[in-house]
Amino acid sequence: MMLIPCPWCGPRNESEFHYGGAAGVAYPADPGALSDEEWARYLFFRDNPKGPFEERWSHSAGCRRWFTLVRDTVTNEIVAS
Amino acid sequence: MAEPTTRHSPLAGAADRLARVTDAAGGAIAMAEVPFLTQLDLRLDPKGPAAAALGVTLPTHACTSARSGDVDVLWLGPDEWLVVGPPGAAERLAGQLRPAAGSEHVSVVDVSAQRTTLLLSGPRVRDLLALGCAIDLHPRSFGPGDCVQTELAHAPVVLFRRDPGFLIFVRASFAAHLADWLVDASVEYTGIPT
Repeated sequence: MMLIPCPWCGPRNESEFHYGGAAGVAYPADPGALSDEEWARYLFFRDNPKGPFEERWSHSAGCRRWFTLVRDTVTNEIVAS
Repeated sequence: MAEPTTRHSPLAGAADRLARVTDAAGGAIAMAEVPFLTQLDLRLDPKGPAAAALGVTLPTHACTSARSGDVDVLWLGPDEWLVVGPPGAAERLAGQLRPAAGSEHVSVVDVSAQRTTLLLSGPRVRDLLALGCAIDLHPRSFGPGDCVQTELAHAPVVLFRRDPGFLIFVRASFAAHLADWLVDASVEYTGIPT
């Protein structure tokens, strides 16, 4: 069980959170102009690094707020939040 | 012809079992449903004009509450509170909040039917809750007036430290499960086999 630091509620068990995937994926400025391939790339393609990864989490069983943290995908250590 | 509507609290059917646990625990633990409390979900800017409408400063520190008369205001998020009052107070409280908002964006929603409430008290109540809850409920870190949204026995709950014990707000659909769990978890204090 990971202990995840919610910026509002403090450290809580991982089971109170929902994972939101990679952080910083910008919505396309003009989605209508994208080809199917570009749209699929925006929707489904994500980095899968070994090491620090910036990701979104939602404290769904607590204050229900979204936040960003950096987790090491090897050790599960929260590097920054 | 329409049938007259009768209100049934979600744990009306569990009242006997909760009372048996209370009797058998010999004072170590007491538990009972507190049905039909008024609950309003309040979302607004804590610096705006409507924030003062209840005559109490909205708590802005996470997991704390404020009390004014018969109304408790529980922190749920940085712009969200749960206003808890006695049964039947929804119109009165909403009537205080909505006019005060003016043109400000404010959300006041009556969520009284979403959750029912259990009152747990007694010297062993923290030991009991610790069986299904990861939050540190020791008086040193969770004192009177503190509240927390978390999971108890896998059910999403709001725990509220309110004398003489803990108020547990639980969704109607999880209430029977939570009551079953509490009765089962109390066996070491009651000796009642389940």
